Amino acid sequence: MRNISGKNIYLIPYAIYILLFVVAPIALVFYYSFFDMNQQFTIANYEKFFTATYLKMTLSSFWYAALITFFSLLVAYPAAYLITKLKHRQLWLLLIILPSWINLLLKAYAFLGIFGTNGPTNAFLETIGIGQQQLLFTDFSFVFVSVYIFIPFMLLPIYNALEKLNPSFVYASLDLGASPWTTFKRVVFPLTIDGVKAGCLAVFIPSLSLFMITRLIAGNRVITLGTAIEQHFLVTQDWGMGSTIAVFLVIIMAIMMFVLGGQKVGASK
Amino acid sequence: MTKIRSVGKVYLTAVFLILYAPIVYLMIFSFNSGGNMASFDGFTFDYYKEVFADTRLLIIVLNTLVIALLSAVISTILGVFGALAIDYVRRKRVKNSLLALNNVLIVSPDVIIGASFLILFTILGIRLGFTSVLLSHIAFSVPIVVIMVLPKLQEMSSTLVDAALDLGASRWDVLSKVVLPYITPGIFAGFFLALTYSLDDFAVTFFVTGNGFTTLSVEIYSMARRGISLNINALSTLLFIFTLLLVLGYYFLNQRTRKGLEVPK
Repeated sequence: MRNISGKNIYLIPYAIYILLFVVAPIALVFYYSFFDMNQQFTIANYEKFFTATYLKMTLSSFWYAALITFFSLLVAYPAAYLITKLKHRQLWLLLIILPSWINLLLKAYAFLGIFGTNGPTNAFLETIGIGQQQLLFTDFSFVFVSVYIFIPFMLLPIYNALEKLNPSFVYASLDLGASPWTTFKRVVFPLTIDGVKAGCLAVFIPSLSLFMITRLIAGNRVITLGTAIEQHFLVTQDWGMGSTIAVFLVIIMAIMMFVLGGQKVGASK
Repeated sequence: MTKIRSVGKVYLTAVFLILYAPIVYLMIFSFNSGGNMASFDGFTFDYYKEVFADTRLLIIVLNTLVIALLSAVISTILGVFGALAIDYVRRKRVKNSLLALNNVLIVSPDVIIGASFLILFTILGIRLGFTSVLLSHIAFSVPIVVIMVLPKLQEMSSTLVDAALDLGASRWDVLSKVVLPYITPGIFAGFFLALTYSLDDFAVTFFVTGNGFTTLSVEIYSMARRGISLNINALSTLLFIFTLLLVLGYYFLNQRTRKGLEVPK
């Protein structure tokens, strides 16, 4: 499209879209964070955010997101690696991704049965002699279900990175006498680190804001930043405080992207 | 080596089993006459009958489909405009800023999109319901379409456009006869993704849905919060089959267009 003279008319509808649905909403969230419930201008929301309650919530939200990211990586990396070694890898990849097309709430709902008091997990624990446990509405179930949901999102970028990896590097390393573990640590992992970063980004940020899983599976025991935002907007109607938390979530997201993604997300190749 | 390979196979099989276990579990219990998800008592079609007899639920399914199709069509059109606009911009800085703005809604957590749209619609005086849900679905789908279409535009050789112009094609001819046919696979991919994003979305819709209007995800959430009801299982089995057909359809469509593009070479 290089040599067509004239103005960029395509830009008009798109620019309107960007202004209305990208710039305006962010600006509004920022603006609303300075108002209290009586529509008075205030910075009290920010003061409140730095009290122990909210800081503790932010920290625990981070802790859970980190746990979820770590376990997703732990499961997804070997799986992605093994898939690249398979014959019909495209088909296997499709099979891994297929569950992610299923509505997230339905999968969470399934775990209500699986982890339930009389469900199969407890029946299994009973048979192996551990005995019945309270699985639902615990931190464990929250992390497990979240990891379950995020595995495809972690796996896909890692798979793509592994796919691009030139196998001659691996052969060279093995020929030069490196053990498989050293080869993995020094060659394979560093060369696929971009995929790992992208995967972590795709898991970490959404796990800070999962509110439906905390409600369904963790029974309000786990409160993430997302749960808090939902609570302030839809339950207590305190949009100011909700917006303040949202502002912090946006800042955290920007920092994460800067640390993990570099300029990659924004820049064209 | 063979030992490692078999360990790998076992591991992969385990991952697959875990990934599919909840889905299979849901499906099996949709036929459970016992009415719970703990023990299987006997086989029944009752829950399917209930789902099909539930007019309210059918209306919700219809709502969901209408929103998905409308938002996918509109966001595809807007997204193609967006991709053309970004591709057309020559100054690197402007281009990168546009791309960064485009990606904001892709990387933002759903809760923030939902909350900020709730504020936006309230300020604009748009009543929460069909319109607000449709608008927000369009809004979060446009960037995805842009991302799917843009690479096609970038890989298109500019000599194609030059040749068309040299041969006397007007600007509109170039767009409709050269550019659009070339980027069609990207447009289809964008449309399909927009469709599935819309069908799947819960968090954003939950914020902007108001009282009178619900989509399937929101309905499932409120049903699940009330506890286990095997109607959800029956519904989810139907949804799973529908999704499977959609994905397979897309997969084959993709294969065919890919072949169609490769043959002339």
